[in-house]
Amino acid sequence: MTGLRFDLRDPPHGAAALRAELRAFIAEHEHRWTPEVRARSWMGFDRDFTRAVGARGWIGMCWPKQYGGAERSFLERNIVLEELLAAGAPVGAHWIGDRQSGPLILRLGTDAQRAKFLPGIARGDLAFCIGLSEPDSGSDLASLRTRADRTDTGWLLNGRKIWTTFGHLCDWMIALVRTSPAPEGGSRHQGLSQVLVDLRAPGVTIRPIRDLVGEEGFNEITFDDVRLPPDALVGTEGAGWAQATSELAFERSGPDRYMSSHPLLEAGMAALRDDPATAPALGREVARLWTLRAMSTAIAGMLQDGADPVRQAALVKDLGNDFEQALPGAMRALRDVDDMPEPMRRMHAYLTQITPTFSLRGGTREIMRGIIARELGLR
Amino acid sequence: MIGDELADQLARALSDASDVATLRAAESGAFPQAAWDALDALGLGAALVPDARGGAGLGFAEIAPLLEALGRAGAPVPLAEGIGAAALLAAAGIDVPPGVLTFAAAGVPVPWGRHAAHVVVVDGARVALHAAASLRWREAMNIAREARDTPTMAAPIAEGTLPNAWGNDAARALTALLRSAQIAGALQGALALAVDHANTRKQFGRPIGRFQAVQQQLAVFAAETSAASVAAAAAARAADARGLADAAFEIGCAKVTAGEAAAKGAAIAHQVLAAMGITEEHALHHLTRRLWSWRDEGGSERFWSARIGALVQGAPCGATVQSTPGPLWTFLTSRDQEPAA
Repeated sequence: MTGLRFDLRDPPHGAAALRAELRAFIAEHEHRWTPEVRARSWMGFDRDFTRAVGARGWIGMCWPKQYGGAERSFLERNIVLEELLAAGAPVGAHWIGDRQSGPLILRLGTDAQRAKFLPGIARGDLAFCIGLSEPDSGSDLASLRTRADRTDTGWLLNGRKIWTTFGHLCDWMIALVRTSPAPEGGSRHQGLSQVLVDLRAPGVTIRPIRDLVGEEGFNEITFDDVRLPPDALVGTEGAGWAQATSELAFERSGPDRYMSSHPLLEAGMAALRDDPATAPALGREVARLWTLRAMSTAIAGMLQDGADPVRQAALVKDLGNDFEQALPGAMRALRDVDDMPEPMRRMHAYLTQITPTFSLRGGTREIMRGIIARELGLR
Repeated sequence: MIGDELADQLARALSDASDVATLRAAESGAFPQAAWDALDALGLGAALVPDARGGAGLGFAEIAPLLEALGRAGAPVPLAEGIGAAALLAAAGIDVPPGVLTFAAAGVPVPWGRHAAHVVVVDGARVALHAAASLRWREAMNIAREARDTPTMAAPIAEGTLPNAWGNDAARALTALLRSAQIAGALQGALALAVDHANTRKQFGRPIGRFQAVQQQLAVFAAETSAASVAAAAAARAADARGLADAAFEIGCAKVTAGEAAAKGAAIAHQVLAAMGITEEHALHHLTRRLWSWRDEGGSERFWSARIGALVQGAPCGATVQSTPGPLWTFLTSRDQEPAA
């Protein structure tokens, strides 16, 4: 069960100073954020704010300077993520590029791909999304059917991706697609590849899907004979499954897996400050938050050391999702909705509707627990 | 890490010293002298005592793996208590006597009291060393059938005062820290038993661990176990960095996390082991009864949640929800211990 071990680390040098910089920066912007914007957390999309974050060097901050990065550590980046999430900043326009697409291109892309995309992501000019799920492929991702076939001029892309967050607002998608049939009797994980898709290319049709809040956050993207250039391939042809799963420690362990409801908890703390009867219930939430933060920060340190804590990441995501998902209920147990201050009530209303997504996005609760069970030797 | 190597040594010694027969004998009231002698020979009792006073000079973070190893085995000896008692004595400037040693806050039942040679009683910042034989004991047990005895006080053989960094609730905080790590270990032990059972017990023609419903429960168990272990280790680091008194917040968070994990883990373990886990013959209950006992010692989840909530509510902060950072985030990040440059 070594895959469930966590190594704790001290905060990096200069942590407090970096937090102070972020707080001053956020204070210049936060007057524009409604309670709903704060409750949306990293699902809030604001290109202007993202460019402002990029101008401070806080996107792609662990990447080489040559590609627009700041060559800072994972633990410093973790501080930036924490402070933005704690404030409920609308970071959705750069979140995926910073967390997944950029690191993937840096690790496996060609020099030309790095030069083409990374500086733009770091400036906040290029927004990325991830194309994984399909209408018939959710948790069983390897059953996906979108295909990229080789042609004389590159690739021809056909198929459909769904639930792509902000697909209609983004510039590029990195899609997992089939580039050769699964071998007869072999693993379905073979023959998959990751490709870069310009979402404004001919043949790309994006249909927004209205969600239960009444917003258009995700969508369905159809590819009809979309022509991709030869250099659309990221990494190795046929190695897409291994490439996509190697991102998971980056995707699943961060503070975005337990802080999605944090602005509501802060609102509750402020509203209940003078109500000592609520101290035990609030203290319980704080204890849980503190533990999750220690676990998530430990993973950031392990990533910094070059370890591959993909199982620990699944574990923290599962525990963290449970926590952030239960927070609206925990607050409602302490103060009737009608008696909540207005911003708190509005955050509570938004989060009540959207928290079910927390244990769906990035891999469902059942998939996370399956990964842990495998590490226990049960599968 | 030093702690990991010692933990391996300790685990080897424990595999002989705390088998089910020894646990059963200890729980029926006999002090497991042979087990104690074997473990005492490792010299771990003085782990937290500074070098200058003849100890090993380890920190809380370094002994956390040792405490987990003790918990994992359900070790039926007061070694965790002895480590804590020696640390208290050394901090108060009192020489550490040989033999079985234990401690408690004044007015709280003393773990293993009837079996000890010496007892450390902590009242506020005052530390008193008593010869156990000079006290009259009212004997009782926790539900793990570990001795929890109440003494009638007499004159101590030595007295001292704890430094400020230990605070005036040191015995409770120390107990909470020790028990949090022991709970993490006992959870690891119970998880291993449950996983082993799930992989061997067959129903419907296959091991029950092949069923997703069972896998998902054991995954929850594993996650809670990791949470308890991380929380205990993080609290130990805070105690090393700032002293026991100023680590009360982190110790409380660890005890709440460990206590909740104890309840969830014990429930899942028994569900997976079904009726077999309820039998006296099976080893599981030696661990689950310790989980249920230890979560109450050194302050329950309720006790520490209330204290944490009051700490956060009372923290100086002019922030409101409309400005950054919020009161809780300000407090939490103020606890981060940046290393000296």
